[in-house]
Amino acid sequence: MTVAAPALATPETRRAISFDSTWLIWIAIIAVLLFLVVSPFIYLVVTSFTAEKTGGFTFANYLAAYGRARYVDALLNSLKLGAAAAALAGVFAIPLAWAVARTDMPGRGLTRMLVLMTFITPPYTGAVAWILLAGPNAGWLNRFFMLVTGAEAGPFNIYSFSGLALVIALYSFPYIFIFTTAALELVSSEMEDAANILGAGAWRTMRRVTLPLALPAILGGLIICFLEAIALFGSPAMIAIPARFNVVTTQLFQFFGNPVRVEVAAAYAMPLLGVTILLILIQRLMTRRKGFVALTGKGGDRRAIRLGPWRWAMFGYAMLVAALAVFLPYLFLIQAAFAKAWGRGFGLENISLRNFHFVLFEHATAAKSVLNSFLYAGVSATAVVILTLGVAYIVTRRLVPFGGILGFLCIAPFVIPGVVLAIGFYAAYAPPPLALYGTALILILAFTTRFLPIGYVNASAAIRSLNPEMEEAVRVLGGSRLTALRRVVAPLLKRSLLGAWLLIFIPATRELSAAIFLYGPNTKVASVMIFDMSEEGNFEYLAALALILQVLTLPLLWIGQKALGRDFMLRRNAT
Amino acid sequence: MSKLVLKNVARRYGTVEAVADFSLELVPGEFVSLLGPSGCGKTTTLRMIAGFVPPSTGTIAMDGQQISSPSSVLPPEKRRMSMIFQSYAIWPNMTVGENVGFGLQVRRLSRGEIDRKVDAILDVVQMRNLKGRYPAELSGGQQQRVALARAIVVEPEVLLLDEPLSNLDANLREEMRFEIRRLHDEFKITTVYVTHDQSEAMVTSDRIVVMNKGRIEQIDAPHILYARPKSRFVAGFIGRTNFLEGSRQGSEVRFDGFSAAASGLEGANGTGGLLYSLRPQAIGLATQKPNGGHLAVEAEIAGRSYLGEYWDYQVKPLGAAKPLRVSTGPNAVFEIGSRVWLEIDPSAMVRVE
Repeated sequence: MTVAAPALATPETRRAISFDSTWLIWIAIIAVLLFLVVSPFIYLVVTSFTAEKTGGFTFANYLAAYGRARYVDALLNSLKLGAAAAALAGVFAIPLAWAVARTDMPGRGLTRMLVLMTFITPPYTGAVAWILLAGPNAGWLNRFFMLVTGAEAGPFNIYSFSGLALVIALYSFPYIFIFTTAALELVSSEMEDAANILGAGAWRTMRRVTLPLALPAILGGLIICFLEAIALFGSPAMIAIPARFNVVTTQLFQFFGNPVRVEVAAAYAMPLLGVTILLILIQRLMTRRKGFVALTGKGGDRRAIRLGPWRWAMFGYAMLVAALAVFLPYLFLIQAAFAKAWGRGFGLENISLRNFHFVLFEHATAAKSVLNSFLYAGVSATAVVILTLGVAYIVTRRLVPFGGILGFLCIAPFVIPGVVLAIGFYAAYAPPPLALYGTALILILAFTTRFLPIGYVNASAAIRSLNPEMEEAVRVLGGSRLTALRRVVAPLLKRSLLGAWLLIFIPATRELSAAIFLYGPNTKVASVMIFDMSEEGNFEYLAALALILQVLTLPLLWIGQKALGRDFMLRRNAT
Repeated sequence: MSKLVLKNVARRYGTVEAVADFSLELVPGEFVSLLGPSGCGKTTTLRMIAGFVPPSTGTIAMDGQQISSPSSVLPPEKRRMSMIFQSYAIWPNMTVGENVGFGLQVRRLSRGEIDRKVDAILDVVQMRNLKGRYPAELSGGQQQRVALARAIVVEPEVLLLDEPLSNLDANLREEMRFEIRRLHDEFKITTVYVTHDQSEAMVTSDRIVVMNKGRIEQIDAPHILYARPKSRFVAGFIGRTNFLEGSRQGSEVRFDGFSAAASGLEGANGTGGLLYSLRPQAIGLATQKPNGGHLAVEAEIAGRSYLGEYWDYQVKPLGAAKPLRVSTGPNAVFEIGSRVWLEIDPSAMVRVE
């Protein structure tokens, strides 16, 4: 038996081949990224300076956007809201993160699980649940208060600035939790032991060693929370509008109402974009500051700090946060979903499956909206994973010069809030010749762009974990780079790619901020459906639909945890 | 009076006995190493001395005062000790100067005093010019020096080192061994040093505690440990050796390929198996039969390796099953297969358990 030797290519032909194929791929990828990232961004900026009628250059859009006091107020409201929500989220997240990462608090696994539950609850679903809980008269907390005290009215009103800040904080604190636990887990016990043995007690060690080491990550988490709060559309639309105040995103939505004033919207979106870019830069600088790098891996074991009797107090606090974010909201969402009328309470005679039946089989578009969500999210997630895997491979292995540009373009959408991205897509692709507005394609493209950064961060982490020698071994034995990718790289990365896919798919099924600006009559997604129902006040149907969406997510979560470990959604590179 | 006394100290984790019946006394200024393979309990012992781990049984006392017992443990920050960790545990959020000055701040020295002491100790470890740097900008060896300075500047009662050189490359490791011993000679701090590297222990220590499976095998000065190992484990762990199994036949002890007079052998009249350790350096090689009081055994060269500083020969006594390892100077060249004479001094043969 003989083994055919691979034909030996002469140096000239080798160079020609490799030049052609890698450059072709490079050009293809850059074309796709130009279409997804650069062009909407350029259109956004250009449109903001374009006169609606004539198409000429003008500053009129900016005058229109900032010419009225209430438009400027909406901007300031957003900043205040971001600050309040971030601060409150910090209060929820930081003690929990410390307790879970460093102490012997009981129920650490449970706490992690409840934070995960919070994390996968769409903010608008949480907002709806809190409307049921703390609506001015009929809200359950108010009714309970009146029952206990005999008062005429309850003290809680979710339709307020503080109500909105609370709801946003409750569903964005997991970001701070993730950042803080990740940082605390990098501080080895030896760092603290070293302070102890030199005579520093627990308090001084905390203040001088542990906290400074975790601080950049905590501030980073607060910044992400702030940005999340100012970019959010669903919760403000459900709460701020009835409360008669506006924030940037709701104001943008109004510019998009009849008639659509996309030029003014583009101009009005600029501060949101500017603030986001600025804060992300600050966050990057902070976490990369010299001296905060975790040193030397060896001896990095961590021992839990003993809290003594305080461990139960800490556990109580964790359960209080969980009650506000998970237990109470879900209890009353479930009640509403199974109720004939949610206000009639928990009696047996009020229970029915009618809402589910209606949502799934009778409603004209509700069931289809769920299918749409899963279809668009699935296509987008697949596209992102394939695209970012290619880019990450090219960049990490330095196959082309200036590969860094590709990586930058993949990560760039991170600084573009969903609402702003949607306006850019609208400006770029709604008009002819493409006329994509309202099509499935524009939603898929927008989702793809939105989740490129998550995909890229995960793909490049996965590729960097692979020793290039694995592929070199394939090539030395005569296999091509493509063979190496197919036979060695892809199988080794199966798990991480599945993880990346889920990390994109799950949030994509809930995406509202971009979808609300781009959907058409036949392309309504579940999040938009839920939003519509909240405007109509159909809380029973809404709760049923929201629960269906949550339940459909559980198997995916289970798969992810089986393949990648229990905390796969709560890791640092997930955000 | 002894500086540090460990009395029958043991530590159990569940059913696993990490350290069992450990007793040791250190005189002031002494440098003692705990040496053994990984998992032998040496780090646990060190952490018990530091106060991070309470003993399951036994007591630890410093300057005559009890600091650890199963019922009460003086916390680490009250022990006036200092420690160098495997990971160095240099705080990355503080500069070199701040790292070194931390312990002095905790001790509430005046700012001028702190500055003076920090500068002085940084001079000693040759790091004065890097005082303002952050640790991330330092090499491994420089971080190691910061860790040393930080531990020594507080003038601790006892200095503890937990495999401080294991993260350094070979050349640096050799340099730092001498550095650690030099600093000890300069400051005379009572020191406990944990390592799995025998040459590190031998270069630095006054005495070495060899540990295996949580128990003490032998405590002795390095040269005694090498020349007079008490157990098979110690003989094999410290340096290379030949194990020779003998059986008593009349006035002789019969080994593989040769015999020796029982009268000349240590412990040949004792009970139990007769196992001897014979260092490769203690065997002579010659082409002619040597005349002298020593044992002469005719043998054949079975294999050899040249290691620059010495030759490592495998030499098989005629009629023997296994070869012996013999070290000679680099100029003593013997071809494979050639006949030679082994010269063995019976008093160099140490009976081990």
